[in-house]
Amino acid sequence: MTDDRPHLAVIGAGPAGLAATVAAAAHGVRVTLIDSAARAGGQFYRQPAAELNAGRPQALHHQWRTWQRLSDSLAQHVEAGRVTHLTDHHVWLVERRLSQEAGTPDGAGPRDAFTVHALLGPQQEAPAEVRADAVLLATGGYEKVLPFPGWTLPGVLTAGGAQAMLKGALAVSGRTAVVAGTGPLLLPVATGLAAAGVEVAALVESTDPKAFVRRTRALAAQPGKVAEGARYAAQLLRHRIKLLTRHTVVEAHGDERLEAVTVAALDADGYVRPGTERRIACDTLAVGHGMLPHTDLAETLGCGLDGLSVQVDDEQRTDVPGVWAAGETTGIGGAALSLAEGHIAGRSAAARLNGTEPDRRSWAPAAKSRTRLREFFAALDTVYAPPARWTGLVTDDTVVCRCEEVTGGAIREAVDGLGAGDVRTVKLLTRAGMGWCQGRMCGPAVAGLAGCELTPSRRPFARPVPLGVLARAGESEADLPTAAPPDVLPD
Amino acid sequence: MSSPLNLADAHPDPAFTVTLDDREIEALPGQTVAAALWTAGVTSWRTTRGEGRPRGVFCGIGVCYDCLVTVNDRPNQRACLVPLHPGDTIRTQEGTGHDD
Repeated sequence: MTDDRPHLAVIGAGPAGLAATVAAAAHGVRVTLIDSAARAGGQFYRQPAAELNAGRPQALHHQWRTWQRLSDSLAQHVEAGRVTHLTDHHVWLVERRLSQEAGTPDGAGPRDAFTVHALLGPQQEAPAEVRADAVLLATGGYEKVLPFPGWTLPGVLTAGGAQAMLKGALAVSGRTAVVAGTGPLLLPVATGLAAAGVEVAALVESTDPKAFVRRTRALAAQPGKVAEGARYAAQLLRHRIKLLTRHTVVEAHGDERLEAVTVAALDADGYVRPGTERRIACDTLAVGHGMLPHTDLAETLGCGLDGLSVQVDDEQRTDVPGVWAAGETTGIGGAALSLAEGHIAGRSAAARLNGTEPDRRSWAPAAKSRTRLREFFAALDTVYAPPARWTGLVTDDTVVCRCEEVTGGAIREAVDGLGAGDVRTVKLLTRAGMGWCQGRMCGPAVAGLAGCELTPSRRPFARPVPLGVLARAGESEADLPTAAPPDVLPD
Repeated sequence: MSSPLNLADAHPDPAFTVTLDDREIEALPGQTVAAALWTAGVTSWRTTRGEGRPRGVFCGIGVCYDCLVTVNDRPNQRACLVPLHPGDTIRTQEGTGHDD
């Protein structure tokens, strides 16, 4: 009954991917929702493992009613056969089949033009492929952390990591935490850890509160966000969390694991004020300096980027026919913006895959909130900033590339001594960025130390792939028309 | 005493036993390797290839590959992603994990 409906593959089951999935499924498209987690939700709505039988997961969450609405809709569409939800699928590549077959005039492309390649389960060794007429990338983002002495000690983790372990595994790494860095994520992390019984010794934010006052107009346009901020302020008080603004962590101490951090005040130019250093005992440091979009799949598909984000038009279409993108991958802006973008992307994809011009009026409320939230986050972005002189905290023996253990001194030698002026040259000279994480963790730091802008990394695959899987990828395509006739392919 | 399990009103099935090197630790159904090790008070389970420094969870979402560990004789598993099952053997990992 459903087989002739166009088929959309949505990659990522966070707010953007879920909103897109339910919007497209409700408008005549068969959707395969492909996600790496065991349960839908992404990072923002990360759910506790089902076996933990959490009776009150909402205690760890915000905007729970929105989640309930989304997950109920998803369940209904799955039940009705309109959506297939593939869990534990780690997508490493989306391939666009180059075909003689002409695309439709509206740009939806030929049928089955895309192959999504994934690895199955936590072990990520067995492959799986999904064919689709179009893809919608909702791959989210990950956290940026700038280095400082001691940041590789066990017990130091990303702010988002602390939250992910709390929401997903109901686990915390210790009894006393410091939450530090910059950005709106730090507030829910600090209050979440405190509610879960962790003593939060301090919330250390490098931003100057006066910067918010200067942006009051953008904030005033978002009364909901101001109320959210007020709620967090009340929670900080209730949990007796000390808020240190214009402060930064200058060093994490410990031998085999974290024992304390030194924090210090920052002056107006972003330098540490001498004599303000103080030591805070803690076994956990949750630290983050903002978010970066996951763009690997889009880049390999050839989608244009705007800075570090996937570039989209007002329908959330990328510049590659048949590829939509929504959420953090198109620019960091939080869950509410992701929901709006996902909804628009899903509606646009559904219309275009059915050969009709989408009716923009049908998503006008989402478009309006998209505009306002993008303005809001653009303003936030100018407010929240890491210490301007953070590179000064990176001593020569501070490990910068965690995977390959490349120090600040080695990177400075490559830059100052050998003339490297970009991340790629530093990598070739030092191995920084050449390890397991492929430079996702150290990229911003290496760029900062090299004195250049962070640019997209152009990774051909979004995650490590076993060679056997790579060798066999596309074997099942033999029955499809390909550029080369089968008899010239090697055995 | 509040805890994440209390906060979320979690009622998992009874804990089971897994091994970490030569000791037994308890794990709850649904817990990842990292969560069970944290609950057992362990925050580091590998040493780096170069300097032999201890590492544990960093990003918590499978991006950084810092929490690599050997599970059931397979090295380089991400502790933050892999769920545990009764009788699983976890071994702390040294270097590449392929030396022993």
